[in-house]
Amino acid sequence: MAFDYDKWIRPGKLPHIWCPGCGHGIVMKGLIRAFETLQLKKENTALVSGIGCASRLPGYIDCCTLHTAHGRAAAFATGVKMAKPEMDVILVGGDGDGTAIGGNHFIHACRRNINMTYIIINNYIYGMTGGQFSPCTPTGHKASTTPYGNPDPGFDIAKLAIGAGATFVARGTAYHANQIDKLIVEAIQHKGFSVVEILDDCPTTYGRRNKYKSVIEMMNRLKEVAVPVKAAEKMSAEQLEGKVLTGILYKEVKPDYTSEYAKVIERAQAAK
Amino acid sequence: MEKTLPKIEIIEKYCKGCHVCVEFCPKDVLEMKGFYASVKNLEACIKCMQCELRCPDFAIKVITE
Repeated sequence: MAFDYDKWIRPGKLPHIWCPGCGHGIVMKGLIRAFETLQLKKENTALVSGIGCASRLPGYIDCCTLHTAHGRAAAFATGVKMAKPEMDVILVGGDGDGTAIGGNHFIHACRRNINMTYIIINNYIYGMTGGQFSPCTPTGHKASTTPYGNPDPGFDIAKLAIGAGATFVARGTAYHANQIDKLIVEAIQHKGFSVVEILDDCPTTYGRRNKYKSVIEMMNRLKEVAVPVKAAEKMSAEQLEGKVLTGILYKEVKPDYTSEYAKVIERAQAAK
Repeated sequence: MEKTLPKIEIIEKYCKGCHVCVEFCPKDVLEMKGFYASVKNLEACIKCMQCELRCPDFAIKVITE
């Protein structure tokens, strides 16, 4: 039977603003399927985003949503979680929003291990503002502000998150659409700061500057570069050259911020 | 057992003509008709739901029983 996405979509909001072939819609579908799997309640789910193409996502979903300042999704979401620790707080944003403008908020949310889920849709570029290079644009690739190739090395969001202290880090791609909802389900269930990076295509501002002929070619590139973590264990360093690992990359159990803060409140009240 | 055919509903108001459903259909059921995707050969459909899963625009529904 066809999956009923309409239940989670705000009436009259479709068609969405994303370009033809943009994978953000695929990620949004995965997110809705994850919500449905977990049987989340609309009034108990907060979807927080910053600014950007990916950050338009909460506008379409029918739950508690917050569209905030550029890069500040993590800061606003922390506020939501501290005020209402029982809420499921999910952040959605792009690579530029999460790792450049909001880079500091992102690493500190990781460090504090706040029980939230951050879905970073990485399309390697600033799509909405006209295709400027982002911290995730690979070296040598072209953007509107680097017409002769980007000299900077790109960020590895997963490694950054692990280094900053996130306790659940996973990576998927828009091509592996079936896997997206499974990763998001695990991430939401994990108690602590969970980061799910979804590699995506941007045919309009990234693809056409980097000689991708079609959306299909971009989708197939995602298929080619992705290697599941288990398969990678059996592969040599040369075979893994230029590949990206997908699946659950890191998981550990650590005390989360809201429960630790509740203890602080208890101690402070007892000290009166 | 007789094969039951699904109903493939394409919402043209949502379709942006990105070709994703047409290219990723393993049985070549769909085609582009002008700007929009349309059903070419429903008989071949195996109900794998790839088109519904991959359509970024919420424009395809594969209705089975």
